[in-house]
Amino acid sequence: MARVIAGVSSSHVPAIGAAIDNNRTEEPYWKRVFSGFEKSKEWMAKAKPDVVVGVYNDHASSFSVEIIPTFALGCAAEFPPADEGWGPRPVPVVKGHPDLASHIAQSVILDEFDLTICNKMEVDHGLTVPLNLLFGSPEEWPCPVIPLAVNVVQYPPPTGHRCYMLGRAIRKAIETYPEDLKVVVFGTGGMSHQISGPRAGLINSKFDKAFLDNLTKNPKKLARIPHIEYMREAGAEGIEMVMWLIMRGALDDKVDEVYRFYTVPASNTAVGHIILENKKAAGRKTKRAAAPFKSALRGGRP
Amino acid sequence: MTRAQHDYDDIPGTFVFDAERSRQGYHLNMFCMSLMKAENRQAFKADEEKYLDRFPLTPEQREAILKRQYNRMLELGGNIYFTAKLGATDGHSFQHMAAVMTGSTQEDYAKMMLAGGRPIEGNRSKSGANKAKKAKPRSRSKSGTKRRG
Repeated sequence: MARVIAGVSSSHVPAIGAAIDNNRTEEPYWKRVFSGFEKSKEWMAKAKPDVVVGVYNDHASSFSVEIIPTFALGCAAEFPPADEGWGPRPVPVVKGHPDLASHIAQSVILDEFDLTICNKMEVDHGLTVPLNLLFGSPEEWPCPVIPLAVNVVQYPPPTGHRCYMLGRAIRKAIETYPEDLKVVVFGTGGMSHQISGPRAGLINSKFDKAFLDNLTKNPKKLARIPHIEYMREAGAEGIEMVMWLIMRGALDDKVDEVYRFYTVPASNTAVGHIILENKKAAGRKTKRAAAPFKSALRGGRP
Repeated sequence: MTRAQHDYDDIPGTFVFDAERSRQGYHLNMFCMSLMKAENRQAFKADEEKYLDRFPLTPEQREAILKRQYNRMLELGGNIYFTAKLGATDGHSFQHMAAVMTGSTQEDYAKMMLAGGRPIEGNRSKSGANKAKKAKPRSRSKSGTKRRG
Protein backbone atom coordinates (compact mmCIF):
# COMPACT_ATOMS: atom_id res chain seq x y z
CA MET A 1 0.00 0.00 0.00
CA ALA A 2 1.21 3.51 -0.80
CA ARG A 3 1.74 5.97 2.01
CA VAL A 4 2.62 9.62 2.58
CA ILE A 5 5.86 9.76 4.53
CA ALA A 6 6.46 13.51 4.58
CA GLY A 7 5.56 16.94 3.30
CA VAL A 8 7.89 19.62 2.03
CA SER A 9 7.08 23.26 1.44
CA SER A 10 9.19 25.74 -0.41
CA SER A 11 8.97 29.05 -2.22
CA HIS A 12 9.29 28.79 -5.99
CA VAL A 13 10.74 32.19 -6.91
CA PRO A 14 11.58 32.30 -10.66
CA ALA A 15 14.81 34.21 -9.96
CA ILE A 16 16.04 31.15 -8.02
CA GLY A 17 15.61 29.13 -11.20
CA ALA A 18 17.40 31.80 -13.22
CA ALA A 19 20.30 31.77 -10.71
CA ILE A 20 20.59 27.97 -11.15
CA ASP A 21 20.29 28.14 -14.93
CA ASN A 22 22.93 30.88 -15.20
CA ASN A 23 25.39 29.32 -12.71
CA ARG A 24 25.08 32.10 -10.19
CA THR A 25 24.45 29.95 -7.13
CA GLU A 26 27.87 30.71 -5.64
CA GLU A 27 27.34 34.48 -5.62
CA PRO A 28 26.91 35.68 -2.01
CA TYR A 29 23.34 36.88 -2.62
CA TRP A 30 22.27 33.49 -3.94
CA LYS A 31 24.49 31.39 -1.70
CA ARG A 32 22.49 32.72 1.26
CA VAL A 33 19.38 31.23 -0.34
CA PHE A 34 20.83 27.94 -1.62
CA SER A 35 22.75 27.14 1.58
CA GLY A 36 19.37 26.83 3.29
CA PHE A 37 18.57 23.81 1.14
CA GLU A 38 21.78 21.80 1.62
CA LYS A 39 20.39 19.84 4.56
CA SER A 40 17.13 19.36 2.70
CA LYS A 41 18.90 17.68 -0.19
CA GLU A 42 20.59 15.32 2.29
CA TRP A 43 17.22 14.59 3.88
CA MET A 44 15.69 13.96 0.47
CA ALA A 45 18.50 11.60 -0.52
CA LYS A 46 17.73 9.55 2.59
CA ALA A 47 13.95 9.75 2.30
CA LYS A 48 14.12 8.49 -1.32
CA PRO A 49 10.46 8.94 -2.20
CA ASP A 50 9.04 6.72 -4.93
CA VAL A 51 6.68 9.47 -6.03
CA VAL A 52 6.31 13.21 -5.38
CA VAL A 53 2.96 14.96 -5.56
CA GLY A 54 3.93 18.52 -6.44
CA VAL A 55 1.39 21.21 -5.58
CA TYR A 56 2.22 24.44 -7.41
CA ASN A 57 0.74 27.16 -9.53
CA ASP A 58 1.19 28.01 -13.15
CA HIS A 59 2.22 31.60 -13.91
CA ALA A 60 0.58 32.28 -17.27
CA SER A 61 2.80 29.64 -18.87
CA SER A 62 0.71 26.54 -19.49
CA PHE A 63 -2.60 28.19 -18.62
CA SER A 64 -3.50 31.66 -19.88
CA VAL A 65 -6.78 33.44 -19.12
CA GLU A 66 -8.56 31.15 -21.58
CA ILE A 67 -8.98 28.27 -19.15
CA ILE A 68 -8.54 28.72 -15.40
CA PRO A 69 -8.94 25.44 -13.53
CA THR A 70 -9.02 25.73 -9.75
CA PHE A 71 -7.33 22.34 -9.26
CA ALA A 72 -5.67 20.64 -12.24
CA LEU A 73 -4.08 17.23 -11.72
CA GLY A 74 -1.43 16.09 -14.16
CA CYS A 75 -2.21 12.53 -15.22
CA ALA A 76 0.14 12.44 -18.23
CA ALA A 77 3.25 10.26 -18.59
CA GLU A 78 5.43 13.34 -18.86
CA PHE A 79 5.35 17.09 -18.47
CA PRO A 80 7.82 19.14 -20.52
CA PRO A 81 9.18 22.36 -19.02
CA ALA A 82 7.19 25.33 -20.37
CA ASP A 83 8.66 28.14 -22.45
CA GLU A 84 8.17 31.08 -20.10
CA GLY A 85 9.27 33.60 -22.68
CA TRP A 86 13.01 32.93 -22.55
CA GLY A 87 12.88 29.37 -23.83
CA PRO A 88 12.09 26.38 -21.57
CA ARG A 89 14.26 26.01 -18.44
CA PRO A 90 17.14 23.57 -19.07
CA VAL A 91 15.76 21.03 -16.60
CA PRO A 92 14.75 17.41 -17.15
CA VAL A 93 11.28 16.60 -18.41
CA VAL A 94 9.09 15.80 -15.42
CA LYS A 95 8.01 12.16 -15.61
CA GLY A 96 4.57 11.55 -14.17
CA HIS A 97 2.94 8.54 -12.57
CA PRO A 98 -0.23 8.20 -14.66
CA ASP A 99 -1.51 5.19 -12.77
CA LEU A 100 -1.32 6.72 -9.31
CA ALA A 101 -2.44 10.10 -10.67
CA SER A 102 -5.59 8.72 -12.22
CA HIS A 103 -6.25 6.72 -9.07
CA ILE A 104 -5.99 9.97 -7.07
CA ALA A 105 -8.28 11.76 -9.54
CA GLN A 106 -10.91 9.05 -9.33
CA SER A 107 -10.75 8.88 -5.55
CA VAL A 108 -10.87 12.61 -4.80
CA ILE A 109 -13.63 13.31 -7.35
CA LEU A 110 -15.79 10.73 -5.60
CA ASP A 111 -14.80 12.54 -2.41
CA GLU A 112 -16.45 15.62 -3.97
CA PHE A 113 -13.35 17.51 -5.10
CA ASP A 114 -14.10 18.37 -8.72
CA LEU A 115 -10.62 18.24 -10.22
CA THR A 116 -9.66 19.06 -13.76
CA ILE A 117 -7.71 16.20 -15.29
CA CYS A 118 -4.78 17.22 -17.49
CA ASN A 119 -3.45 14.60 -19.87
CA LYS A 120 -1.29 17.18 -21.56
CA MET A 121 0.40 19.93 -19.62
CA GLU A 122 3.65 21.84 -19.52
CA VAL A 123 5.11 22.83 -16.17
CA ASP A 124 6.82 26.10 -15.28
CA HIS A 125 9.22 27.31 -12.59
CA GLY A 126 6.46 26.92 -10.00
CA LEU A 127 7.11 23.18 -10.05
CA THR A 128 10.65 22.90 -11.35
CA VAL A 129 12.34 25.36 -8.96
CA PRO A 130 11.32 23.39 -5.84
CA LEU A 131 12.46 20.18 -7.59
CA ASN A 132 15.87 21.81 -8.10
CA LEU A 133 16.00 22.98 -4.50
CA LEU A 134 15.29 19.51 -3.17
CA PHE A 135 16.97 17.31 -5.78
CA GLY A 136 19.68 19.58 -7.18
CA SER A 137 20.27 19.54 -10.93
CA PRO A 138 20.41 15.88 -11.97
CA GLU A 139 20.24 14.54 -15.54
CA GLU A 140 16.85 13.04 -14.72
CA TRP A 141 14.57 13.74 -11.73
CA PRO A 142 15.07 10.82 -9.34
CA CYS A 143 11.38 9.87 -9.15
CA PRO A 144 8.05 10.41 -10.89
CA VAL A 145 6.25 13.65 -10.02
CA ILE A 146 2.49 14.17 -10.14
CA PRO A 147 1.84 17.88 -10.70
CA LEU A 148 -1.20 19.48 -9.08
CA ALA A 149 -1.68 23.01 -10.42
CA VAL A 150 -3.79 25.35 -8.30
CA ASN A 151 -5.26 28.62 -9.53
CA VAL A 152 -3.86 31.41 -7.40
CA VAL A 153 -3.64 33.89 -10.28
CA GLN A 154 -7.26 34.95 -10.66
CA TYR A 155 -9.06 35.81 -7.43
CA PRO A 156 -10.41 33.88 -5.68
CA PRO A 157 -8.10 30.90 -5.29
CA PRO A 158 -9.62 27.97 -3.40
CA THR A 159 -9.92 28.69 0.32
CA GLY A 160 -7.28 27.47 2.72
CA HIS A 161 -9.83 25.12 4.22
CA ARG A 162 -10.67 23.64 0.83
CA CYS A 163 -6.97 23.12 0.17
CA TYR A 164 -6.46 21.47 3.54
CA MET A 165 -9.39 19.12 2.96
CA LEU A 166 -8.15 18.29 -0.54
CA GLY A 167 -4.85 17.30 1.03
CA ARG A 168 -6.70 14.89 3.29
CA ALA A 169 -8.58 13.43 0.35
CA ILE A 170 -5.33 13.00 -1.58
CA ARG A 171 -3.83 11.15 1.35
CA LYS A 172 -6.86 8.89 1.54
CA ALA A 173 -6.46 8.19 -2.18
CA ILE A 174 -2.78 7.40 -1.80
CA GLU A 175 -3.48 5.03 1.06
CA THR A 176 -5.88 3.01 -1.06
CA TYR A 177 -3.35 2.54 -3.86
CA PRO A 178 -2.23 -1.09 -3.77
CA GLU A 179 1.43 -0.70 -4.69
CA ASP A 180 3.89 -0.13 -1.84
CA LEU A 181 5.06 3.42 -2.59
CA LYS A 182 6.60 6.12 -0.42
CA VAL A 183 5.07 9.48 -1.34
CA VAL A 184 6.27 12.97 -0.44
CA VAL A 185 3.88 15.87 -1.01
CA PHE A 186 5.30 19.27 -1.97
CA GLY A 187 3.44 22.50 -1.22
CA THR A 188 5.06 25.42 -3.01
CA GLY A 189 4.81 29.19 -3.43
CA GLY A 190 4.95 32.08 -0.99
CA MET A 191 5.97 33.23 1.45
CA SER A 192 5.02 36.89 1.86
CA HIS A 193 5.46 38.83 -1.34
CA GLN A 194 3.74 41.33 -3.54
CA ILE A 195 5.04 41.81 -7.04
CA SER A 196 2.27 43.99 -8.43
CA GLY A 197 1.20 47.61 -7.98
CA PRO A 198 2.57 50.44 -5.86
CA ARG A 199 2.79 48.21 -2.75
CA ALA A 200 5.17 45.76 -4.50
CA GLY A 201 8.06 44.63 -2.34
CA LEU A 202 5.91 43.98 0.72
CA ILE A 203 7.40 41.44 3.14
CA ASN A 204 5.90 40.39 6.46
CA SER A 205 8.31 38.12 8.30
CA LYS A 206 6.16 38.08 11.41
CA PHE A 207 3.24 36.64 9.44
CA ASP A 208 5.51 34.14 7.70
CA LYS A 209 7.10 32.86 10.90
CA ALA A 210 3.72 32.45 12.59
CA PHE A 211 2.54 30.60 9.48
CA LEU A 212 5.50 28.20 9.70
CA ASP A 213 4.87 27.64 13.42
CA ASN A 214 1.21 26.91 12.87
CA LEU A 215 1.87 24.77 9.83
CA THR A 216 3.56 22.34 12.16
CA LYS A 217 1.46 22.72 15.28
CA ASN A 218 -1.92 24.09 14.37
CA PRO A 219 -2.76 23.75 10.68
CA LYS A 220 -6.49 23.92 11.36
CA LYS A 221 -6.00 27.48 12.54
CA LEU A 222 -4.27 28.31 9.26
CA ALA A 223 -7.08 26.69 7.31
CA ARG A 224 -9.41 29.37 8.69
CA ILE A 225 -7.35 32.34 7.44
CA PRO A 226 -9.56 34.28 5.02
CA HIS A 227 -8.20 35.46 1.67
CA ILE A 228 -8.33 39.13 2.68
CA GLU A 229 -5.87 38.39 5.49
CA TYR A 230 -3.34 36.71 3.20
CA MET A 231 -3.55 39.57 0.70
CA ARG A 232 -3.42 42.31 3.32
CA GLU A 233 -0.75 40.79 5.56
CA ALA A 234 1.38 38.71 3.19
CA GLY A 235 0.93 40.65 -0.06
CA ALA A 236 -1.38 40.15 -3.03
CA GLU A 237 0.72 37.25 -4.29
CA GLY A 238 1.36 35.87 -0.77
CA ILE A 239 -2.02 34.20 -1.14
CA GLU A 240 -0.07 31.37 -2.82
CA MET A 241 0.48 30.01 0.68
CA VAL A 242 -2.94 28.32 0.56
CA MET A 243 -1.13 25.67 -1.50
CA TRP A 244 1.00 24.73 1.49
CA LEU A 245 -2.20 23.60 3.21
CA ILE A 246 -2.77 20.88 0.60
CA MET A 247 0.59 19.44 1.61
CA ARG A 248 -0.26 19.80 5.29
CA GLY A 249 -3.67 18.18 4.88
CA ALA A 250 -1.98 15.10 3.46
CA LEU A 251 -0.03 14.58 6.70
CA ASP A 252 -0.91 13.36 10.19
CA ASP A 253 -2.46 15.86 12.59
CA LYS A 254 0.74 15.63 14.63
CA VAL A 255 3.98 15.75 12.70
CA ASP A 256 7.70 16.08 13.35
CA GLU A 257 9.21 19.27 12.01
CA VAL A 258 12.61 18.06 10.87
CA TYR A 259 13.87 21.21 9.15
CA ARG A 260 13.03 24.84 8.56
CA PHE A 261 14.67 27.68 6.66
CA TYR A 262 13.66 31.29 6.15
CA THR A 263 15.43 34.17 4.45
CA VAL A 264 14.61 37.56 2.93
CA PRO A 265 14.79 38.27 0.05
CA ALA A 266 15.11 36.25 -3.12
CA SER A 267 14.35 38.91 -5.69
CA ASN A 268 10.95 40.23 -4.46
CA THR A 269 10.03 37.41 -2.15
CA ALA A 270 10.48 35.98 1.34
CA VAL A 271 11.81 32.43 0.98
CA GLY A 272 10.35 29.88 3.37
CA HIS A 273 10.97 26.17 3.52
CA ILE A 274 9.91 23.42 5.90
CA ILE A 275 10.08 19.62 6.05
CA LEU A 276 7.44 17.79 8.07
CA GLU A 277 7.49 14.04 8.65
CA ASN A 278 4.64 11.85 9.65
CA LYS A 279 5.48 10.44 13.06
CA LYS A 280 7.05 7.00 13.21
CA ALA A 281 7.65 7.09 9.50
CA ALA A 282 9.86 4.07 10.03
CA GLY A 283 8.37 0.77 11.23
CA ARG A 284 4.79 1.82 10.66
CA LYS A 285 3.62 -1.50 9.34
CA THR A 286 1.49 -2.30 12.37
CA LYS A 287 0.04 1.19 12.47
CA ARG A 288 -0.71 1.17 8.76
CA ALA A 289 -3.11 -1.73 9.07
CA ALA A 290 -5.56 0.49 10.93
CA ALA A 291 -5.20 3.50 8.70
CA PRO A 292 -7.95 2.89 6.11
CA PHE A 293 -10.44 2.40 8.92
CA LYS A 294 -9.30 5.63 10.58
CA SER A 295 -9.45 7.66 7.40
CA ALA A 296 -12.90 6.33 6.62
CA LEU A 297 -14.09 7.54 10.01
CA ARG A 298 -12.45 10.90 9.46
CA GLY A 299 -14.06 11.42 6.08
CA GLY A 300 -17.49 10.53 7.44
CA ARG A 301 -17.98 8.15 4.53
CA PRO A 302 -16.97 4.54 4.16
CA MET B 1 -20.16 50.93 -15.34
CA THR B 2 -18.69 51.29 -11.87
CA ARG B 3 -16.70 48.57 -10.28
CA ALA B 4 -18.34 46.53 -7.53
CA GLN B 5 -16.88 47.23 -4.08
CA HIS B 6 -14.91 44.56 -2.25
CA ASP B 7 -13.20 44.24 1.12
CA TYR B 8 -9.83 43.95 -0.63
CA ASP B 9 -10.21 47.37 -2.27
CA ASP B 10 -9.09 48.71 1.10
CA ILE B 11 -5.59 47.24 0.66
CA PRO B 12 -3.35 50.13 -0.41
CA GLY B 13 -1.37 50.03 -3.64
CA THR B 14 -2.99 46.80 -4.77
CA PHE B 15 -5.14 45.82 -7.74
CA VAL B 16 -6.64 42.44 -7.02
CA PHE B 17 -7.06 40.46 -10.24
CA ASP B 18 -10.61 39.32 -9.67
CA ALA B 19 -13.28 38.03 -12.05
CA GLU B 20 -14.35 41.53 -13.06
CA ARG B 21 -10.81 42.66 -13.91
CA SER B 22 -10.12 39.37 -15.65
CA ARG B 23 -13.12 39.90 -17.89
CA GLN B 24 -12.19 43.53 -18.52
CA GLY B 25 -8.55 42.67 -19.21
CA TYR B 26 -9.02 39.50 -21.23
CA HIS B 27 -7.63 40.85 -24.51
CA LEU B 28 -4.91 42.85 -22.78
CA ASN B 29 -3.73 39.66 -21.10
CA MET B 30 -4.04 37.64 -24.29
CA PHE B 31 -1.91 40.26 -26.04
CA CYS B 32 0.74 39.80 -23.33
CA MET B 33 0.44 36.03 -23.63
CA SER B 34 1.10 36.28 -27.37
CA LEU B 35 4.54 37.69 -26.53
CA MET B 36 5.59 34.22 -25.40
CA LYS B 37 6.36 33.52 -29.05
CA ALA B 38 9.54 34.94 -30.57
CA GLU B 39 7.91 35.82 -33.90
CA ASN B 40 5.20 37.80 -32.10
CA ARG B 41 7.77 39.67 -30.03
CA GLN B 42 9.51 40.59 -33.24
CA ALA B 43 6.32 41.76 -34.93
CA PHE B 44 5.37 43.81 -31.87
CA LYS B 45 8.77 45.47 -31.68
CA ALA B 46 8.71 46.24 -35.42
CA ASP B 47 5.40 48.12 -35.23
CA GLU B 48 3.69 48.27 -31.85
CA GLU B 49 0.56 50.11 -33.02
CA LYS B 50 -0.01 47.74 -35.90
CA TYR B 51 0.55 44.66 -33.74
CA LEU B 52 -1.95 45.90 -31.16
CA ASP B 53 -4.58 46.13 -33.92
CA ARG B 54 -4.77 42.33 -33.70
CA PHE B 55 -6.44 42.64 -30.28
CA PRO B 56 -9.77 44.32 -29.48
CA LEU B 57 -8.33 46.55 -26.75
CA THR B 58 -10.03 49.63 -25.31
CA PRO B 59 -8.34 52.96 -26.13
CA GLU B 60 -7.27 53.20 -22.46
CA GLN B 61 -5.66 49.76 -22.50
CA ARG B 62 -3.93 50.55 -25.76
CA GLU B 63 -2.50 53.77 -24.39
CA ALA B 64 -1.33 52.08 -21.17
CA ILE B 65 0.49 49.41 -23.18
CA LEU B 66 2.15 51.88 -25.56
CA LYS B 67 3.22 54.11 -22.68
CA ARG B 68 4.26 51.13 -20.51
CA GLN B 69 2.04 52.33 -17.68
CA TYR B 70 2.21 49.14 -15.64
CA ASN B 71 -0.06 50.19 -12.78
CA ARG B 72 -2.65 51.49 -15.23
CA MET B 73 -2.56 48.13 -17.03
CA LEU B 74 -3.31 46.37 -13.73
CA GLU B 75 -6.15 48.79 -13.08
CA LEU B 76 -7.59 48.05 -16.52
CA GLY B 77 -7.61 44.31 -15.99
CA GLY B 78 -4.03 43.30 -16.65
CA ASN B 79 -2.47 40.63 -14.48
CA ILE B 80 1.11 40.92 -13.34
CA TYR B 81 2.16 37.48 -14.63
CA PHE B 82 0.95 38.56 -18.05
CA THR B 83 2.19 42.16 -18.07
CA ALA B 84 5.59 40.82 -16.98
CA LYS B 85 5.85 39.31 -20.45
CA LEU B 86 5.69 42.81 -21.92
CA GLY B 87 8.46 43.87 -19.56
CA ALA B 88 10.52 40.87 -20.62
CA THR B 89 9.96 41.74 -24.28
CA ASP B 90 11.47 45.14 -23.51
CA GLY B 91 14.40 43.31 -21.96
CA HIS B 92 13.63 44.41 -18.42
CA SER B 93 14.13 42.34 -15.30
CA PHE B 94 11.23 41.82 -12.97
CA GLN B 95 12.81 44.07 -10.38
CA HIS B 96 12.90 46.86 -12.93
CA MET B 97 9.15 46.53 -13.42
CA ALA B 98 8.52 46.37 -9.69
CA ALA B 99 10.57 49.52 -9.24
CA VAL B 100 8.55 51.29 -11.95
CA MET B 101 5.26 50.26 -10.34
CA THR B 102 6.39 51.54 -6.96
CA GLY B 103 7.66 54.82 -8.37
CA SER B 104 11.20 54.00 -7.33
CA THR B 105 14.51 53.45 -9.08
CA GLN B 106 15.63 49.87 -9.52
CA GLU B 107 18.62 50.53 -7.30
CA ASP B 108 16.52 51.91 -4.46
CA TYR B 109 13.98 49.12 -4.84
CA ALA B 110 16.71 46.46 -4.69
CA LYS B 111 18.13 48.16 -1.58
CA MET B 112 14.72 48.13 0.07
CA MET B 113 14.37 44.40 -0.63
CA LEU B 114 17.82 43.64 0.77
CA ALA B 115 16.93 45.58 3.90
CA GLY B 116 13.93 43.29 4.48
CA GLY B 117 11.37 44.60 1.99
CA ARG B 118 8.52 47.06 2.31
CA PRO B 119 7.30 46.92 5.91
CA ILE B 120 3.73 45.90 6.64
CA GLU B 121 3.32 48.63 9.24
CA GLY B 122 1.55 51.55 7.60
CA ASN B 123 0.75 49.48 4.50
CA ARG B 124 -2.21 47.41 5.66
CA SER B 125 -5.20 49.58 4.99
CA LYS B 126 -6.26 52.67 3.12
CA SER B 127 -9.01 53.59 5.51
CA GLY B 128 -7.58 52.32 8.77
CA ALA B 129 -10.66 50.11 8.87
CA ASN B 130 -8.46 47.15 9.63
CA LYS B 131 -7.35 48.68 12.91
CA ALA B 132 -10.83 49.81 13.83
CA LYS B 133 -12.15 46.27 13.40
CA LYS B 134 -9.56 44.90 15.77
CA ALA B 135 -10.31 47.57 18.35
CA LYS B 136 -14.02 46.82 18.49
CA PRO B 137 -14.00 43.53 20.39
CA ARG B 138 -11.76 45.08 23.05
CA SER B 139 -14.18 47.89 23.81
CA ARG B 140 -17.07 45.43 23.88
CA SER B 141 -15.25 43.22 26.36
CA LYS B 142 -15.55 46.04 28.91
CA SER B 143 -19.21 45.24 29.24
CA GLY B 144 -18.26 41.72 30.15
CA THR B 145 -19.29 39.92 26.96
CA LYS B 146 -16.43 38.08 25.37
CA ARG B 147 -16.80 37.54 21.70
CA ARG B 148 -14.77 35.34 19.53
CA GLY B 149 -13.48 36.96 16.37
